[in-house]
Amino acid sequence: MKVLVAVKRVLDYNVKVRVKPDNSGVDLANVKMAMNPFCEIAVEEAVRLKEKGIATEIVVATIGPKVTQEQLRTALALGADRAIQIETDEEVQSLEAAKLLKALVDKEQPGLVILGKQSIDSDNNQTGQMLAQLTGMGQGTFASELVIEGDNAQVTREIDGGLVTVSLKLPAVVTTDLRLNEPRYASLPNIMKAKKKPLETMTPADLGVEVAPRLTTLKVEAPKPRQAGIKVEDVAQLVDKLKNEAKVI
Amino acid sequence: MAKPSTSYFNETHDQARASARRFVEREILPFIDDWEEAGEFPRELYQKAGAAGLLGIGYPEALGGSGEGDLFLKIAVSEELMAASSGGLVAGLGSLDIGLPPVIQWGKPALKEAIVPSVLSGEKIAALAISEPGGGSDVANLKTRAVRDGDFYRVSGSKTYITSGQRADYYTVAVRTGDKGHGGVSMLLIPRDTPGFTRGRNLKKTGWWASDTAELFFEDAKVPVSNLIGQENGGFMVIMTNFLRERLMLCVMAYSTAQLALDMALAYAKERQAFGRSLSGFQVTRHKLVDMATQVELAREYSYRCAALMQAGKNPVKEVAMAKNFTAQVAEDVTREAVQIFGGMGYMREARVERLARDARLLAIGGGTTEIMKELISKQMGL
Repeated sequence: MKVLVAVKRVLDYNVKVRVKPDNSGVDLANVKMAMNPFCEIAVEEAVRLKEKGIATEIVVATIGPKVTQEQLRTALALGADRAIQIETDEEVQSLEAAKLLKALVDKEQPGLVILGKQSIDSDNNQTGQMLAQLTGMGQGTFASELVIEGDNAQVTREIDGGLVTVSLKLPAVVTTDLRLNEPRYASLPNIMKAKKKPLETMTPADLGVEVAPRLTTLKVEAPKPRQAGIKVEDVAQLVDKLKNEAKVI
Repeated sequence: MAKPSTSYFNETHDQARASARRFVEREILPFIDDWEEAGEFPRELYQKAGAAGLLGIGYPEALGGSGEGDLFLKIAVSEELMAASSGGLVAGLGSLDIGLPPVIQWGKPALKEAIVPSVLSGEKIAALAISEPGGGSDVANLKTRAVRDGDFYRVSGSKTYITSGQRADYYTVAVRTGDKGHGGVSMLLIPRDTPGFTRGRNLKKTGWWASDTAELFFEDAKVPVSNLIGQENGGFMVIMTNFLRERLMLCVMAYSTAQLALDMALAYAKERQAFGRSLSGFQVTRHKLVDMATQVELAREYSYRCAALMQAGKNPVKEVAMAKNFTAQVAEDVTREAVQIFGGMGYMREARVERLARDARLLAIGGGTTEIMKELISKQMGL
């Protein structure tokens, strides 16, 4: 079975995010970038499927400017077999990303598509769901466990109340949650080997997709700094504050 | 004309950094304080590092390495490993980097194939043994004797301050096979299980706690002649060649130690309140931090310059000796000032700057003392 994994280049999770002074977005100048952590989990899951003999080929894809090839190389070093870069300098939003991936699905005919449930930059949590809709495939989002049996995928999903398990007919779209696996680190020899793995480049136009954004960002603001906590004298004061200040009881 | 490069590092180096960083975050940082107190780290860490390919950097692919000849790959990964905030761990895990190169460069093919792959995979540990109880820097006068007896050398004498000395499997040992002076020194690969070869207790040190350090004893230990590394009586050149790389790596340890201490001091100075404002609100602290940052920057950039010379195939003995002295001094000065900024907290074992300050002291001693470096430099200056 061929597995398609989509990955996204985002701000490294260790970086302290700074909003641009004009509130037009997040400052990305000279900031360390990395693969979105949920996407790393997606790659890891595909590699594990290959190690189990279920996946036969892992194709990893990304959308973005030329530098996003770095993340594809990382995915190749982790165990993907080949990479596709859809190169564009435009800002690509969830629906356009889903349309591009749909075009790739048509082209590659994967048995399974794995994506991160969301990217840690925009936190939209949309692309996987949109892709399922556009392709007519079933979807198992927020996966904490994935079991493939024949042409069926059992996906255990993390929801507010606990866990729910769905059974999907393949091909299907699965999006990963944090607890699905712990991604490995690429070994040095594999980083070297990844340089020789095939990386194909195409443009949105090649896939017949228009990527111009449909949504406009009006303003980006940093969250308000948290207020320092206080120590209450006794239970009565605590209850009073919860009731009258926090208004939670 | 080619554009001057503003960085010595490329995308592969960045990927290697990312892997090494994750290795440190996952496999080392949660445990390092305990390992430091215990005086050693688990042997499995060698295997884990080997599996991640971190031990094989710069060594031939045929022997299990990767990125042969890429000195900046080695530097990138070493900088990341130093983020473990333990010079001892890096020295112990990296003892192969001083033990193996002579074997790879001058060992016989059968010897190389027998030992190198198992060390690069982390199954076995390699160490280098030069210093003796009677003298360290005075390599030309070492006393451990190896007498030829048919197909064997019979080795007698002792070595000390040997990193990974407790638990190494292979020791690259400097011995005297000939007359007095540097012309009578040879290198022998001596396996751990050689009859007549024993090791003393784990030596207690000022810093570098997580590395095991030992004294070695040879009493008529029989070592096959095929374990000779390089020519008989040609060991001095082997040792000196090896020193250049070792010293460069000590420079990397030095400026990385200083950088780490600076980062910690910076964060602390912004956070710690005194007299109604943060420490960084005082000009005296700000200027101190600026001086520290300047020193670290210069130490690192000059070390990179030395590495670039080595990468270009030059033999910058003088430059590396200068870099070693300079960076070691920077490491001592910057860690001292970092402890000073931390105040009482900086004197506590739970503060990592305390450890960095202890670890920094070694850098002016190991791999040739500051004084020996100065003698080397003065010779190169024609004095």
